Amino acid sequence: MIKVEGLTKRYARTVAVDNISFEVEKGQIVGFLGPNGAGKTTTMRVLTCFLPPTSGTANVAGFDVIENPLEVKKRIGYLPETPPLYPEMEVSEYLTFVGKLKGISSADIKSKVDDVTGKCSLGDVRNKLIGKLSKGYRQRVGIAQAIIHNPEVLILDEPTSGLDPKQIIEIRDLLRALAGDHTIILSTHILSEVEHSCERVIIISQGRLVAIDSVANLTNRLRGSEAVAVEVESAAGQPPPGDVQLRLEQVPGVSRVVAKEPKDGRLLFEVESLQGRHIRADLARTVVQAGWNLNELRSVGLSLEDIFLQLTTAEKSTAEKKDEPKAESKAEKKAAEGDKK
Amino acid sequence: MKNILLICRKEMRSYFASPIAYAVLALFAFLFGGMVFYPTVRELVRMGPQAQMQGQPINLNDMVIRPLLGFASTISLFLLPLITMRLFAEEKRSGTMELLLTSPVRDIEIILGKWIGAMLLYLSVLAMSALNLSFLFIWGKPDWKPVLVAYLGLILQGGCLLAIGAFISSLTKNQIVAGGATFFVCLILWLLSWFTAFDSSLASQVVNYLSIVTHFENFSKGVLDLKDIVFYLSMIFFALFITSRSMESLRWRS
Repeated sequence: MIKVEGLTKRYARTVAVDNISFEVEKGQIVGFLGPNGAGKTTTMRVLTCFLPPTSGTANVAGFDVIENPLEVKKRIGYLPETPPLYPEMEVSEYLTFVGKLKGISSADIKSKVDDVTGKCSLGDVRNKLIGKLSKGYRQRVGIAQAIIHNPEVLILDEPTSGLDPKQIIEIRDLLRALAGDHTIILSTHILSEVEHSCERVIIISQGRLVAIDSVANLTNRLRGSEAVAVEVESAAGQPPPGDVQLRLEQVPGVSRVVAKEPKDGRLLFEVESLQGRHIRADLARTVVQAGWNLNELRSVGLSLEDIFLQLTTAEKSTAEKKDEPKAESKAEKKAAEGDKK
Repeated sequence: MKNILLICRKEMRSYFASPIAYAVLALFAFLFGGMVFYPTVRELVRMGPQAQMQGQPINLNDMVIRPLLGFASTISLFLLPLITMRLFAEEKRSGTMELLLTSPVRDIEIILGKWIGAMLLYLSVLAMSALNLSFLFIWGKPDWKPVLVAYLGLILQGGCLLAIGAFISSLTKNQIVAGGATFFVCLILWLLSWFTAFDSSLASQVVNYLSIVTHFENFSKGVLDLKDIVFYLSMIFFALFITSRSMESLRWRS
């Protein structure tokens, strides 16, 4: 349904999107994740024909965004970051205007507006001026405007921002109901959002594609590794920290050891395992065999937030210091991407 | 065509939902009706019988209507920036430009819709002056053909300035900047028409020819010259064309 190849968008001095390629199949909900300024909005703007790409191609519903923008525009619904609303219009009037703009005939427009006000629960405010609405209602009017013409592809830039938890759940349900015959791309930086409503995730950072996978795979793959906090103490004064770290790193299955600030002669480390490896027993044995006291051994567990941080900062740290585990996880990602292709 | 009408109607709705339309109409009614029309008519009533007795009745077309419509032209010169300043600047600021540009409409449809919407507001301003003039038609017998020609001139001149204003508005996100710059352009045009009137050097002739204001003079005399019509139409076309270029550059720059 959506096919992006080698997409690059350069502004005057910065590269906003750098050689991104991905495909989205019909009926999928795809989450677009990335820190602020990663290039999410720019990519979406290219897909909606608002910005032309510097190089590369983007194909939506079988039409190229440069060669056939009108055909693409007919088939997408787009909610920008700030909902594009006219404050001096009433809600139903606004929806009628947008609906007609999107090519709905005068005969159908009334039923479509009724339909969409129902779906986005805007019935109470349909005769109010948009300028008088609260943020949550405005956001919902924005979503209504995007889905009014029943587009094949929906592109939503942070659709749930400004909504209260109940409304968020409603919007999620709405999106899930729309998936199937609609293809949906939504960007967000709220991770639980992605876990709840998306089937696949595209993570970008600094304009580059970092990961593209199903939510389940991504969390499994990265949650498969465990993180353990280790506290080591020696009866005879402090053991040399470098020594301890080296030992811990040598334990089979360990991917990374991070030394923390020592506390009253006790050394603290956070140890991450390679995926699918259980390292706690080995860690304990190693510490004890070395003649140190093992004060604490606690599983920390990676949250989706950590995974996200790990992925989006991975690029920087591999560039700075070529540490092995990171390179490995990157290679894994590459392989995963390769599989997708 | 359907899209042009749709956007045009939306523009009209925005004008009349905001104070802008009423401010423009009220300002024009006050300046034209109160400051120009009423004193002129009062003078006419005073001088009229006297002139009649001297056997030289006042020619309403030349002595009254022509200067009145000249004033109407000058006043509208300074009101037009109020009409055009929000056309694109407002949409750019509030983000609704993104909606228009990602909807299945052509840039040119957006521009024409907006320009026609602005034209309709301008026409309602002119209609107010026609309301005033209608009194002269009730109590006197002016020739109506030169009046029509003068109105055609007003419409063309206004269309031209509105197109230029639309272009300036498409350059910025700030309404005040758009309005100020358009006002500045109108002011310069107005001043140039004064300066070049008494100068016959080649440069001033060229400036004079290019000035939007001077082309109105023939119309106000009731002279319908193809040269002037072609000038106005090509200026409108040119201004709308560079507006569409500016819209396109928005995509590349933003």
